[in-house]
Amino acid sequence: MPQALPIVERAPKHLRAPISFEGKLAAHGIELRASVVNTLQINVGKLCNQACKHCHVDASPTRTEIMTPETAEQVIAAVQKFRFATVDITGGAPELNPSFRYLVRESRALGSHVIVRHNLTVMYQRGQEDLPEFFRDHSLEVVSSLPYFLEQQTDAQRGHGVFDKSVEALQRLNAVGYGMEGTGLALNIVYNPVGAFLPPPQTSIEADFKYELMTRHGISFNHLFTITNMPIKRFLDYLRRSGNEERYMQKLVEAFNPTTIEGLMCRNLVSVDWTGKLYDCDFNQMLELGVAQSLPQTIGEFDPEKFSSRGIMTGPHCFGCTAGSGSSCGGAVAP
Amino acid sequence: MTYYEEDDLQRFSEVGKHRPDLFEKFMTWYQACQEDGALSRREKALIGLAVAHALQCPYCIDSYSQSCLESGSNMEQMTEAIHMASAIRGGASLIHGLQAHKSVNKVSM
Repeated sequence: MPQALPIVERAPKHLRAPISFEGKLAAHGIELRASVVNTLQINVGKLCNQACKHCHVDASPTRTEIMTPETAEQVIAAVQKFRFATVDITGGAPELNPSFRYLVRESRALGSHVIVRHNLTVMYQRGQEDLPEFFRDHSLEVVSSLPYFLEQQTDAQRGHGVFDKSVEALQRLNAVGYGMEGTGLALNIVYNPVGAFLPPPQTSIEADFKYELMTRHGISFNHLFTITNMPIKRFLDYLRRSGNEERYMQKLVEAFNPTTIEGLMCRNLVSVDWTGKLYDCDFNQMLELGVAQSLPQTIGEFDPEKFSSRGIMTGPHCFGCTAGSGSSCGGAVAP
Repeated sequence: MTYYEEDDLQRFSEVGKHRPDLFEKFMTWYQACQEDGALSRREKALIGLAVAHALQCPYCIDSYSQSCLESGSNMEQMTEAIHMASAIRGGASLIHGLQAHKSVNKVSM
């Protein structure tokens, strides 16, 4: 996609008016509605062994909000009843939730494709050492964050020592077959910018990661997903502290790409939080922006008929998913 | 007074207030130069960064630092590009030492 120079699209600061996401959609004649819901994204809570600077969940080792076994049972009841094609488990570090393995086993037994959003370092926590084998034995798709193939950038975002542990964890995943040709075990890496800028083109940075990780560390993986940092929670705090908020938001607005709308993840998934409440996406969940009031509000009341073609709740943060090549849990959504 | 103000970068289009036809021609050419071609966008952004440093243009340095990051370059690569620009600037000065030699030789016994 030709990239217009931002410097000629910007109006002088004093002439700029706040642009709403809804207004931007309307200007393009777009109404953002879901299509068929085929993915249940389960956020089992905010507990994590890391405290990354960009985290939209504000997750950390001190957070106590995690899904109870009772709520996990309600979630599995919904998976059983509605047979979601994909169950996408996230957190925090979802593996730290005592119900994580239950959710995986039951979802797999019910025939769902299961994705785990795995931060790589959690396998070094006590009791989690067998995660690579557990993932393999249940044929999970592993999606892991690694913001860069160099130590400096990775540790700057995710904490001191995270890069070295992540490399070792990727090697362990390779050793059980993840990311290796012919095994069918998918290992995908998530790239997100280490700062207030947009991700590079996905295919180009994927090629860099493949070359660098193989050459430097002998690591293989399947695909790299570029994800734009969302201007919420901890990343928003960073934007404000560093004086980058206005510039970053302007960048997102100027890079609005209407061709991303078709592939936005909110059109095909429903997100459930650690209490069982429903949202249009994980970002809305963190902003406590629930699904439309006219819809069932909890997983126990979920009704796929009502959620298909529902209107999506939006806010300024949605510009993060529509900027440039777009952004979703599966990476870029437009060429 | 700060002669160069960061926000002026966002006002570049105001240069087109007079002779907009010339500004439009410049922008069409400028944008065409940025596109993927025999060189990738990433390579072009690194060239832009190097030239920005050679010219010591603060607006271009801001703009092309961002472009380099957003096309996937890292600080090591960007720093090498800046060294290239600086080395060529240094070499270009140094090679003129020959002019000085010739000039001195011309008037020396």
